[in-house]
Amino acid sequence: MGLFTATVSAIRRSLTRTREALGTPLGDLLGGRSLSDAVVDEIETLLLSADLGPTATTLIIQELREARRAGRIDSGSDALEFLTDELKTRLACPDRGLLFADSGLSIMLIAGINGSGKTTSVAKIAKSLHTSGRSVLLAAADTFRAGAVAQLEIWARRLDLDIIKGARGADPAAVAFDAADAALSRGVDVLLIDTAGRLHTQANLMRQLTKIRNVLAKKIPGAPHEVLLVLDATAGQNAIIQAQLFKQAIDVTGIFLAKLDGTAKGGIVIAIHDALDIPVKLVGLGETADDVEIFDPDTFVEAMLGVEKS
Amino acid sequence: MFEALSQRITDTFRNLAGRGRISQDNVREAMDEVRTALLEADVHLQVVTQFCEEVAQDAVGRAVTKSLKPSEEMIAIVHQRLVQLMGPVDSHIMLVEPPPTVLMLCGLQGAGKTTTCAKLAAYLKKSGRSVMVAAVDLQRPAAVEQLAVLTSEVERDAPGAGSIHFYAEPDKCAEYGRVTGVAVGVSRRALAEARRLKVDALILDTAGRLHINDELMAELGAINAALRPQQIFLVVDAMVGQDAVNSARVFHERLAIDGIILCKFDSDTRGGAALSVKQVTGAPIKFVGIGEKFDQLQEFHPQRMAGRILGMGDVVSLVEKVREEVSEQEATHIAQRMAEGRLTMDDFLTQLGSVRRMGPMKQLLGLLPGAGSALKNIEVDEKQLDRLEGIVHSMTAGERRDVKTLNKSRVKRIARGSGTTPADVNKLTRQFQMMQKMTRQMASAGVGGPLKSIGELSRTDSTRMPGVQNMPTLRAGGSTRTVSVKQRYKQRKKK
Repeated sequence: MGLFTATVSAIRRSLTRTREALGTPLGDLLGGRSLSDAVVDEIETLLLSADLGPTATTLIIQELREARRAGRIDSGSDALEFLTDELKTRLACPDRGLLFADSGLSIMLIAGINGSGKTTSVAKIAKSLHTSGRSVLLAAADTFRAGAVAQLEIWARRLDLDIIKGARGADPAAVAFDAADAALSRGVDVLLIDTAGRLHTQANLMRQLTKIRNVLAKKIPGAPHEVLLVLDATAGQNAIIQAQLFKQAIDVTGIFLAKLDGTAKGGIVIAIHDALDIPVKLVGLGETADDVEIFDPDTFVEAMLGVEKS
Repeated sequence: MFEALSQRITDTFRNLAGRGRISQDNVREAMDEVRTALLEADVHLQVVTQFCEEVAQDAVGRAVTKSLKPSEEMIAIVHQRLVQLMGPVDSHIMLVEPPPTVLMLCGLQGAGKTTTCAKLAAYLKKSGRSVMVAAVDLQRPAAVEQLAVLTSEVERDAPGAGSIHFYAEPDKCAEYGRVTGVAVGVSRRALAEARRLKVDALILDTAGRLHINDELMAELGAINAALRPQQIFLVVDAMVGQDAVNSARVFHERLAIDGIILCKFDSDTRGGAALSVKQVTGAPIKFVGIGEKFDQLQEFHPQRMAGRILGMGDVVSLVEKVREEVSEQEATHIAQRMAEGRLTMDDFLTQLGSVRRMGPMKQLLGLLPGAGSALKNIEVDEKQLDRLEGIVHSMTAGERRDVKTLNKSRVKRIARGSGTTPADVNKLTRQFQMMQKMTRQMASAGVGGPLKSIGELSRTDSTRMPGVQNMPTLRAGGSTRTVSVKQRYKQRKKK
């Protein structure tokens, strides 16, 4: 797609930091060893501490044990290969590209829970799209949180982009509608809509999100073309229900995995991919507008397990 | 998604011989279940392992109290231990003489620091303290504006006699990142201003940062060295996973955390991170944030937290949710109607509305202990509830007051009006009449046991046994008929 300069090294660098913080990478751990029960336990520990969750972990470990029993693997490096393949398969997705309209205006809706990193992520996507030559309009539909509109406005100024904003307390669906209008009349390529953070358990706010989606769909058939759920990489098991309810409300088409530059490994996306088949499309790796990359499952898995392959 | 732990442990023990005493073998199996439950709740792996070892040691050979099954005893041990580890409760904010007391909030990006700042200011205002809130987050765009707006809302709307002040240097944002020590300078001048105004407390809202960002962690260290805050609180997202331990450890090593504030607790997270962070820092969990409004800051209750982490539901939270949504007036009105046996369709509509405001039915059911397993296969169809509302809306005012006036042609009209069938309408009215009868029976019985049970539950929080078997059964007036889920809710809500 050529939109995001996928410098594989950056994501690896940040995930390497993760490994340093956690001690021995699995690659070193398994290298020349035979696959004893103790080693399997260590693998289990690693998967669990990467937030894969007990359900997914138990499944993978079971498969590993079965493969060993069947004689398909017997050394540590076999196990490592098995794991890498297994996790990559679980993250497999034919097309990770952002979705655009065939012609004319494309609308992207960005949603997520409070503090997951939506506004920063919007700025990052906007910058990448803008750099790749598309004209971008921002819409600040977070009319609830104090300072939210101002936050996106500052980003718009920094990136030299136009912004449509609602007054605090305004109906976000109306803001989205107006923004779509403006985007059409200005003939821009992409409209990026930032929404207020909401917990998936707040039924009313989730319905509000559905309304935003419906309003856009009514205005432009096929819109919103891309619906991204911004997920905090530090999130635990609750993220599965989170993704499930957001998917129900607005038919999420992809995940933006934010804050992957910390020590969290974001293993929850594997469980989410398993359960809901929502692909991770982009990852956020810092606080500037440039800190975004296309999600690369190979790098992600290899870095997570500590396998160096260049 | 989660089966209640109690159910699984009960199953474990059912499959094993040796009832009456907890043996080494059945403990091991039960601890496997406990381990999974804790991991599902996002408690850190190492904490889980240690916890399970300790509990197992404690449990083996312990004679089972006469009234309890081994499974219940086991759950009680696990529950007790969790409560012990997460306690003691300490929601006190220590204020020093001479003022000001400096409170510093820190944490990862998006944890909830700025919102919590406003909540703490409101909390102190309520106790009559004067507070200054200082915006030291110069990094995130518009963080200063956000805090300014929140602070002015607290000043204007929050109850209490305390005065609220705000300190910020918005023009310094441009300098931030280019010159070092900008945030330290702002903090220093905020303290000077706080001294000049003689406020009781100064709350510092710092920028969110990653624990591995040395530069930014050093900045926090510098603010700490310059102002010597009396209390440093780590703000933690209740939904965070295994990594909670890594960040909490570093923040604690750098700053010696005095307390933890858990945010976004109004989600359905089981919040195991609370236990991890408590274990790593040893600092008490001071408050939990349960919403975006400035009064949604609560004291921490280890009892409830333990139930929640174990996936055993959280009855107290459910009761509180009900209280929050149903206004006092509404509740009194309906209680009175019920006592008189004069419940109408309009009351039904109001009740249904307030239950639905609390969120999807399935999620509400999840708060009930044991409901996880008992109801896991029940799909609550929210559309069905829409239809019920539609039926009532299609009735005339007179019909709503007295469903007995309904005849065949009226039923047909209502069905047409609500897009349902006459059978649907009849079903609803039949159920409604049944309910009416029940409430009348209860009213004549002097509004007895079942109604009280919810109140009792919340009162006896600290002594509540975690076993499912001890949950109150809601039966009306001695009838043994099992009431429907919906009706059960109505009864719960009456209190």
